[in-house]
Amino acid sequence: MQDIVIILIATVLVNNFVLVRFLGLCPFMGVSGKLESAIGMALATTFVLTLSSVCSYFVNEYLLSPFGLEYLRTIAFILVIAAVVQFTEIVVRRTSPLLYQILGIYLPLITTNCAVLGVALLNVQESHGFIESAVYGFGAAVGFSLAMTLFAGLRERVAAADVPVPFQGAAIALITAGLMSLAFMGFSGLVRA
Amino acid sequence: MLVALLVVAALAVVFGALLGFAAVRFRPDDDPVVERIDRLLPQTQCGQCGYPGCRPYAEAIAGGDADINQCPPGGESTIAALADLLGRQAKPLNPDNGTTEAPRVALIDEDTCIGCTLCIQACPVDAIVGAAKQMHTVIAAECTGCDLCLPPCPVDCIDMVEVTEDIHDWVWPMPHINVRPRQQVSGSGPKAST
Repeated sequence: MQDIVIILIATVLVNNFVLVRFLGLCPFMGVSGKLESAIGMALATTFVLTLSSVCSYFVNEYLLSPFGLEYLRTIAFILVIAAVVQFTEIVVRRTSPLLYQILGIYLPLITTNCAVLGVALLNVQESHGFIESAVYGFGAAVGFSLAMTLFAGLRERVAAADVPVPFQGAAIALITAGLMSLAFMGFSGLVRA
Repeated sequence: MLVALLVVAALAVVFGALLGFAAVRFRPDDDPVVERIDRLLPQTQCGQCGYPGCRPYAEAIAGGDADINQCPPGGESTIAALADLLGRQAKPLNPDNGTTEAPRVALIDEDTCIGCTLCIQACPVDAIVGAAKQMHTVIAAECTGCDLCLPPCPVDCIDMVEVTEDIHDWVWPMPHINVRPRQQVSGSGPKAST
């Protein structure tokens, strides 16, 4: 139980995938313009991350390891992730056409979100069990959602702020992201994982 | 090697079957034809076609209730695109719906405006900002030039001005190719042609 809490805190705050490990920056910069779309993206990514983390655990444990096919890990995981993303896309399109339109190209792009593949590979590297894999994936997703939502909120404020002309647009967004990342560095040493 | 091939193939087959099932199970409700027609329309929401907006007009076209030549803001290019999409014959714009004009935006004469909010209620794309007894103004980037705000204005303070080209909407001119009838092709050597 304690392990699980530690994994959760470690992935959400200390080793936040976006702000400390710098994975999954594409949607972080791309879909954070509006709070609602950022939350939608965060939810979709949470779903994909948790599910693909669990699926790739099964694929690795019961398909790749017994046959000694560890060298196929990356390609097999990408296959898993692509299938999960496609499934998510079908479901989102059915349940919320509006969200589907807002997310646009960023929804299929979750496939190439390195945070998703990163979680699957790190699970193997740290030899996590089933529960640990699920929690690790979910924690990473919560961390991603947290960073995403905070950043979108900041960007909405920045959009209304009086930003000097040379810093407008992407420049101030990157500076904001950098400052957020610095702030998250403050969590290092909170737990050891 | 063979095992690796089999494992990856099995994975692909399982996921393919799963996705195929999901695609049938969660088939989206929307009619893709309506979507595609709607995408071709100019989204001015002006109502000159006789429908409340572009989307209803697209649904009417898809349903066979409306013809494709009822969109004045879209003009000939939209009709051609619709004819191409639907496999119908392109036809000239129906004059009952209006005529195509150069792109325009509304401009409120702010000295005359009395702040009655009537134009705000008429605007289909929420391009007018203002409040009761406060001066109104048009967000030019949002205005589709649909003229719907003109009739409600009690003091006639809204003008339609033509959009002038500026750095934001300037595009490269189409390449200009001189087409001249060829002067008498004779002899064997290739002659300089324009």
